[in-house]
Amino acid sequence: MTSRQPVSLVRSRTVVLAAADIDTDQIIPARFLKGTVREGLGRGLFADWRGDASRSFALDRPEAAGAQVLVAGANFGCGSSREHAVWALMDAGFRAVVSTKLADIFKRNALQNGLVPVEIDEAAHASLVAAEGREVRVDVAALTVSWAGGVAAFALPPFARRCLLEGRDELDILLSHEDAIAAHERGVSLEA
Amino acid sequence: MTPRTLFQKVWDAHVVRPATADTPAVLYVDLHLLHEVTSPQAFAVLRERGLAVRRPDRTLATMDHAIPTTPRAAGRPFVPADPEAAAQVAQLETNTRGAGITLYGVGHDRQGIVHVIAPELGVTQPGRTIVCGDSHTSTHGALGALAFGIGTSEVAQVLATQCLLQEPPRTLAVEVEGRLGPGVTAKDLALALIARLGADGATGHVVEYRGPAVRALSIEERMTVCNMSIEAGARAGMVAPDETTFAYLKGRPHAPGGEAWERAVSGWRALATDEGAAFDRVVAFDATSLEPMITYGTNPAMAVPVRGHVPADVSGPTQRALAYMGLAPGQPMLGHPVDVVFIGSCTNSRLSDLRLAASVMRGRKVAPWIRALVVPGSQQVKREAEAEGLDRTFLEAGAEWREAGCSMCIAMNGDRLERGQYAVSTSNRNFEGRQGPGGRTFLASPLTAAAAAVCGHIADPRELVA
Ligand code: SF4
Repeated sequence: MTSRQPVSLVRSRTVVLAAADIDTDQIIPARFLKGTVREGLGRGLFADWRGDASRSFALDRPEAAGAQVLVAGANFGCGSSREHAVWALMDAGFRAVVSTKLADIFKRNALQNGLVPVEIDEAAHASLVAAEGREVRVDVAALTVSWAGGVAAFALPPFARRCLLEGRDELDILLSHEDAIAAHERGVSLEA
Repeated sequence: MTPRTLFQKVWDAHVVRPATADTPAVLYVDLHLLHEVTSPQAFAVLRERGLAVRRPDRTLATMDHAIPTTPRAAGRPFVPADPEAAAQVAQLETNTRGAGITLYGVGHDRQGIVHVIAPELGVTQPGRTIVCGDSHTSTHGALGALAFGIGTSEVAQVLATQCLLQEPPRTLAVEVEGRLGPGVTAKDLALALIARLGADGATGHVVEYRGPAVRALSIEERMTVCNMSIEAGARAGMVAPDETTFAYLKGRPHAPGGEAWERAVSGWRALATDEGAAFDRVVAFDATSLEPMITYGTNPAMAVPVRGHVPADVSGPTQRALAYMGLAPGQPMLGHPVDVVFIGSCTNSRLSDLRLAASVMRGRKVAPWIRALVVPGSQQVKREAEAEGLDRTFLEAGAEWREAGCSMCIAMNGDRLERGQYAVSTSNRNFEGRQGPGGRTFLASPLTAAAAAVCGHIADPRELVA
């Protein structure tokens, strides 16, 4: 129970939110952060963007149902550190987020939960945006995203890749370094 | 030895286990700050796995995000009316009591916004590593700490092991030449820097703010600048400790005393970036011509001088932002109507911020159609402000003087904008709906916010302060 489901391949149609700088307050507004559990946050996902007919929001469209790959604009997940953003995306069924650049804390949070963070170059990203709704394959072992008509490579630190593939959990790894931590503490002065 | 940056020195001193070919470095955390919103699920992980909090003595908790800031009688027990917030607060009480963690909860005379109370107590110290489940943890870098925000899974990791697995960030030196002019504040510098770097311009980097304009800032002003590092995407912001830092820390409740103080100071002096140390990137900025700044859009990088205009040629993302804000390309900022003024948040709720706001409001009245909230960052700030009569200045002007907390910065505690309202706010985020669904935020300094309160519209504070 201490490890997650391994993730090696995500295969699904895409939903595209091409706007840049979509912050975590949009992904899940603060009023949904008052709970004390991780489950059920999908109901808050993009709560303030959904249901607004004037915006024709991608997640409202029937084709979005069941999509596991979100293609988002640059700097997706910026702003607040709330891991609720990742929990909400995963609760709504997403398993990978593709952008040209993801915000740091969002990317860390994604990796902790097995949501695959994919950063690709602008040209490939533009083709994926244009191919909205097309089926894509995010291959964690090969570090590629592919779709009919294209393929793009993405990078992950080897450690992050292995954690995804093996469903390894960082807390377990840290716990295995108990001796080193204890040694460090013995050498650390504890004033204050 | 190769010259090292401030960041590198702090990092090196906290590496428990260096990175190997297949595992990132294990980094030790000196101080872990908790609040009610991002910690419950982390304590749940510990319970599920039968793990204990490793170092309650290096952990400190407060309540700030979800609690109301409505004025209340001192010392009275307090439960938020919102049942969800009440449950969150109750969980934090149970979790911290169970683990033996000090909690500055509501009703405690040291309660306040997490990034305000830790420096104030003296637990934020140069050279420490500090984390919190909150992106504005970068604030603590003002004292030369390496401080960054983490998610809740990482909060659980730090609770259980006092460590994190960390890939090394890149370093960015922001060299600020010159000096801020009259009526121009650290907040204006922060907004101008973010506008220059872009909302993701510092992603993956730890920023060190350097140069004469930074050296001239007080610690509270440095906190304002470091606080907003995350708005350019940075992992952390830091300023090397100096005499200003030592003077700020001396005598604080948790600062070292006696001989330990001298030893600590000599250690802290050695933290400054060595001559010749290399940064991955360097950006130069001149503070001299800087003017009071204000945002016009829906991220903090969309900022212009208060006497300036909304950009005339706008691209897709800006168009969307302007549509949300109800602004036209090329329109002037001065004179734009305002409904609410919010003075508070971990960016600008310290005593010096409140003094700035009071200097504008003193002897003036808040425009009748404006709701002005002044929310001290901590109970300590509140007491100090009251001791010098700032509360009376605000109340006599017609502003609200509230209890310490995040308040309208995050709108999850009852303080929020109504749909369509315009606010000038001293907080750090103008994201869509950040201050309440449909609310529209102009970010600015305490001076500019107070000027908007008394003028009833966006105004240049330099016309109101001598
Ligand atoms: S004041 Fe605002 S930005 Fe600061 S910690 Fe509270 S909610 Fe976050």
